[in-house]
Amino acid sequence: MTAIAERAVPAGTGRGSARREGWRRRGPLMPALIFTIVVTQVPFLLTLYYSFQSWNLLRPGSFHFVGLGNYAAVIRDAEFRDALLVTVIMTLGSAVIALVLGTLLALLLERKVLGRGVVRTLLISPFLIMPAAAGLLWKTTMFDPVYGLVNFVLQPFGVHGVDFVARFPLASVMTVMVWRWTPFMMLIMLAGLQSQPTDVLEAARVDGARPFAAFREVTLPHLRPYMELGLLLGAIYIVGTFDEIYIMTQGGPGTSTTNLPFYLYQRTFQGYDIGQAASLGVATVIITFIVMTIALRTVFRLFTETEGR
Amino acid sequence: MTAAQAETAAPAAPAVRKRSGAAARTGWTILAWLVGLVFFFPVLWMVLTSFKQERDAYTTTPRVVFTPTLDQYRAVFSGGIGTAAANSAIATVFSTLLVLLLAVPAAYALSIRPVKRWRDGLFFFIGTKMLPIVAAIVPIFLAIRNLGALDNVWSMVVLYAAMNLPIAVWMLRSFFLEVPRETLEAARLDGAGVRQELTEVMLPVVAPGVAATALICVIFSWNEFFFALNLTATRAATVPFFLVGFITSEGPYWAQLAAATTLASLPVLLAGWIAQKQLVRGLSMGAIK
Repeated sequence: MTAIAERAVPAGTGRGSARREGWRRRGPLMPALIFTIVVTQVPFLLTLYYSFQSWNLLRPGSFHFVGLGNYAAVIRDAEFRDALLVTVIMTLGSAVIALVLGTLLALLLERKVLGRGVVRTLLISPFLIMPAAAGLLWKTTMFDPVYGLVNFVLQPFGVHGVDFVARFPLASVMTVMVWRWTPFMMLIMLAGLQSQPTDVLEAARVDGARPFAAFREVTLPHLRPYMELGLLLGAIYIVGTFDEIYIMTQGGPGTSTTNLPFYLYQRTFQGYDIGQAASLGVATVIITFIVMTIALRTVFRLFTETEGR
Repeated sequence: MTAAQAETAAPAAPAVRKRSGAAARTGWTILAWLVGLVFFFPVLWMVLTSFKQERDAYTTTPRVVFTPTLDQYRAVFSGGIGTAAANSAIATVFSTLLVLLLAVPAAYALSIRPVKRWRDGLFFFIGTKMLPIVAAIVPIFLAIRNLGALDNVWSMVVLYAAMNLPIAVWMLRSFFLEVPRETLEAARLDGAGVRQELTEVMLPVVAPGVAATALICVIFSWNEFFFALNLTATRAATVPFFLVGFITSEGPYWAQLAAATTLASLPVLLAGWIAQKQLVRGLSMGAIK
């Protein structure tokens, strides 16, 4: 990759031709760049502008500059902090559990299992179900207090008529997230296992290493970058969870399953307080940006590592 | 590769270990199938329920034996899933085409003949993916309303394209990096222009990459819910939005709900089953080959 970067310096003779060469290279990039800026970045700039205004859509003529007033309210907003906490628990919890389960499943599928292709196909299916559909299914056929399958399956263990979504809302939503994201983690870990150099494992076996020791000393270190990659990508996708929450709990009961995306949605479309919602949005963007910049550094290291091979 | 290696290793092992190996293999196979079925069960149950009458769907002891019926599918079709599916199809197909149209040249400019500071360009694209889209919904909503494009499927096309473009650029770039340098150099020496280089040398090699990218774009646009919920109503409602009607509908309609969710999930389920390999690479944005 560094080789490509070095060649990026145009080899033109004069200054004019170098500039022309530069634009010739830049040309193909421009449509995508302009499109992305117009559709995704300009709205964010407008959000930033609105965040300094007081503006309620339901009160015409309420538009006026309030400076940092909205941000003072953000800092005092206890619900915002709650939503931040829910987001952290939901994202990290679901991603970590899914990663652990996905790794175990990948290790299972790495063995010479009969009909491995079919089992893998079964296992990836939850990921392919439409998220809105998954939310509906789990809320009704699985978690229903009377006719739900979870209650039926847990009956021998003394569970009877439990309204899971109402009593354990966060755990219910996270169950669906884990169900959906475990296959994703499994696929990544499977790719990691399959890229493992077999000669090292073979050498460890010849040296008389017990299977578990070989796993800990050889396989696990090899899998580490894949685990980091899975965790980071999973977190990037899960942090924006909206569909399942909207369908299953509407953020409730109370605010127990209100994560940041859902809280922003509520403030925008139920309160119509655009200025306040915008400042919450900017605060969310700043928090996300800080976390993701740190995460992205790691991801990019991983990207370049796999490319180097 | 591991299977082949294991087979060559097996004959060398003593007979006792061989027998215990066979037993272990049976054990692992049973365990794997068990776990696979547990994960698949909600999907299986959804499909089963969709062929039931409502009275068979509501039983405290789940009913496995029943007289199958297509009534629920008929009801879902007359309930308007066809229109929603047509909207979803338009939004999915055209946004994916738009993404490819924009992302193929962009990925080229970030890999084969990279612009200066290509790394910044790459990071810009992925950076936009990190920003919570919900924070930009108000300006997007107002802009679309002022353009008179609310409840219009073409608004969805543009937004879905913007949503998928960063992933597509990253993915395609990872495929472009695999194009053999020698072929490119040879084409360049023959005096091929940029366009020729792109269409005649690159595209045949990266066609599978384009297919994988398209698959990922299709999955994400077909399943998209947030924009559809806030920016469409009746005319442009997509399939996920259509499903929302089931939350508010009165009375028990599980079997019908199951038929609707089965139909809604079917296209992506089939596509994903067929293209399992591409799925990993796409979801990891090209990081995993």
